[in-house]
Amino acid sequence: MSTPGRAPRSSSPPRLWTTRVRERAVAALPPERLLPDEQPAYVSSWIYVFGVLTIAALVVVLVSGAILGLKGPAWWHVTGVGRFFNGLHLWAVELFFFVMVVHLWGKYFMGAWRGRRSATWVTGAVVFLISIATAFTGYLSQQNFDSQWIATQAKDGLNSVGIGAFFNVTNFGQMYTYHVILLPVAVVALAVWHVLLVRRRGVVPPYPLEAHGRSVTDTSS
Amino acid sequence: MTGGSPVPSVGLMLAALVNLSHPAHYVHWHFFEMSVANVVVIGLMIGVFWLAILLPFPRRHPTRSQPPPGLEP
Repeated sequence: MSTPGRAPRSSSPPRLWTTRVRERAVAALPPERLLPDEQPAYVSSWIYVFGVLTIAALVVVLVSGAILGLKGPAWWHVTGVGRFFNGLHLWAVELFFFVMVVHLWGKYFMGAWRGRRSATWVTGAVVFLISIATAFTGYLSQQNFDSQWIATQAKDGLNSVGIGAFFNVTNFGQMYTYHVILLPVAVVALAVWHVLLVRRRGVVPPYPLEAHGRSVTDTSS
Repeated sequence: MTGGSPVPSVGLMLAALVNLSHPAHYVHWHFFEMSVANVVVIGLMIGVFWLAILLPFPRRHPTRSQPPPGLEP
């Protein structure tokens, strides 16, 4: 029996915020699209492999970086295993940028922002820029003469553009915090968002070939 | 070698491939200046980019000929 002045209660259970979030997430990314078991024929090209290669390199960077951070500079400078992980971290970063740039070129020349994929393109470009800042703070976190040289050279450039007061490259603690916490969290979060957008919008197809009397579906032949 | 590396011979062997015990070489072209190492890396990236486009890709899994339903081409 409803109270006068109040709306009668519905027999259906109340819609909690968890319900709304779940329904929106499933509607945006149904399981068969989140983890598909088949892909369009046009992804049968090596140029489409460089996105996942970038993620693989990023995983090695994160794992080796976590080990370096836990063991400390005395370990990575002096011991054999420490120097191995130091080198592993460096070369994983080199490979990360190498394959990411090839991925970027491929997506640029195939116009990967087409078909409502602008957010996918923008998140990828922003991850690239943040990765450069992460690598820069990594050079400053080496704790050797190389990092001191880079810091003293970079401070003049950064001071000249007016950001040296709050981004002080000679402050090791600040650069180390940027390198091991703030920027990696941003890179990983944006990379996850980027991949989810790829799943939602699909992999961008190549430009159609109507001018040559063929359609995009001809790539399966 | 310093630091007590367990296998110094391997380190020396790898170091012998590229002699890094000298100042870096640079290429100059008018205002353009870049280390040879960076030029080599950029050249490798361009080479890998073209190989990725031109080399055939092995087919193992079933593939669609068009994007999945609901996705824009």
